[in-house]
Amino acid sequence: MDAKIGVLALQGNVSEHIDAFLLALERMGHGPSSEVFEVRSPAHLAECNALALPGGESTTISRLIDKNGLYEPLRSFRGGIFATCAGMVLMATRVDDSRIHPLGLIDMAVDRNAFGRQRESFEADIPMDGMDGGPFHAVFIRAPVATTAGSAVRVLARVPQGIVALEQRNHMALSFHPELGSDTRLHQRFLNRLGIAAIKK
Amino acid sequence: MKLEELRFGTELLKRGFASMQKGGVIMDVVNAEQAKIAEDAGAVAVMSLERVPSDIRKMGGVARMADPEKVLEIIDAVSIPVMGKVRIGHFVEAQVLEVLGVDMIDESEVLTPADEQYHIDKKQFKVPFVCGARDLGEALRRINEGAAMIRTKGEAGTGNVVEAVRHMRNIMGEIRMLRGLDKQEMTDYAREIEAPAELVFECAERGRLPVVNFSAGGIATPSDAALMMQLGADGVFVGSGIFKSTNPELMAKAIVEAVNHFDDANVIAKVSKGLGDAMPGLDVHKLKDDEVLQTRGR
Repeated sequence: MDAKIGVLALQGNVSEHIDAFLLALERMGHGPSSEVFEVRSPAHLAECNALALPGGESTTISRLIDKNGLYEPLRSFRGGIFATCAGMVLMATRVDDSRIHPLGLIDMAVDRNAFGRQRESFEADIPMDGMDGGPFHAVFIRAPVATTAGSAVRVLARVPQGIVALEQRNHMALSFHPELGSDTRLHQRFLNRLGIAAIKK
Repeated sequence: MKLEELRFGTELLKRGFASMQKGGVIMDVVNAEQAKIAEDAGAVAVMSLERVPSDIRKMGGVARMADPEKVLEIIDAVSIPVMGKVRIGHFVEAQVLEVLGVDMIDESEVLTPADEQYHIDKKQFKVPFVCGARDLGEALRRINEGAAMIRTKGEAGTGNVVEAVRHMRNIMGEIRMLRGLDKQEMTDYAREIEAPAELVFECAERGRLPVVNFSAGGIATPSDAALMMQLGADGVFVGSGIFKSTNPELMAKAIVEAVNHFDDANVIAKVSKGLGDAMPGLDVHKLKDDEVLQTRGR
């Protein structure tokens, strides 16, 4: 299946997500019929079979989702969602901040800025459950964590502060930023689970 | 995850933090109340300072880092990142803001310079820095010193966007010009603009600065903000433009929307209606030499 991957382009590190998915698709042998593009409206969203919710400021992105009439279309989106950092906050059922209007697509409670301020931002190698190739080099920037997750959630990684990588149905949520590095294992895993497979040459 | 294996304050974390601000509006605030208004309007971060630039112009004297009590009050009031300004070259003010927990430091020409020869050695810090620039050479010198983000300087506190436009056109135009040069010519150009050749090559290859590039200095209306975005800014800083307008709440929301829809004139028209008066403006050509802020630092 061809990939039609949208990146929600309301605010945040959109171009890094586009580049990371393009790299993942290239490594999977996909040609130009698989695409990655910006999504700003419900009409763009309808063209996607996968969507990335980028990092950025979750309060700002949440406000802009509502303003742009994207809240209901996102909730009923049938493809998979790959959510990092602020994106993970938006996917939750519960968030520790009343200004966020979370989408409720993953059964979890999320705390924003769970590690503290920018000076507490860090890089670390994190073991990932069920993933080959060794620990994942993860970049945490004013990152959130999931404090609780429902029984339908598969936890991929946790640190003392909480859960930092998890999956539910076709969705994946990460506290950290795989799009800032060149390790595309998580992107590829996400696409595989959607039925977007590597193309054998 | 072993604690000793965590790495803090790396270049990637600094530039990564800056890239999360893209497509956003960063607003100058002088107290907790303004910070909350900015956050509620959808600002991605606030810049804490003692006085907004137009008041610095009026009051004269030496402009310094804000009172730590003020900075902490603003940090406590909001959950979005808080930035703070220090004087050019004043690395102790920067040490203080880092200790207070500020998320990014602006080494800013809006304050009175502490060193007319050297900027801060920003690589010594764990916290990321943003610095002003008027052209490609200045931007690349700051990046070489460790700046994780650039903002074009414009002319702060004037409410006049003309200098912001000039500086953005300088930087974007110089990068476009690099595409026509071969490596030797680029090396020569790097020498001419007093910038490291490696950074010049990187700009040519990527067609942009190696770090996020915001616009600042004179943005007073939603159209001004959208203009800077269409000229290639990754986001905008609004200083006096919000809290010196007659209705700061409305103006702040309108500028956030204009940046989000910078290429949609229908939205900009809609959000520009009934905003009240923008801040009063100044003709930059009538400023005396010692009133021009952009020439501080080079």
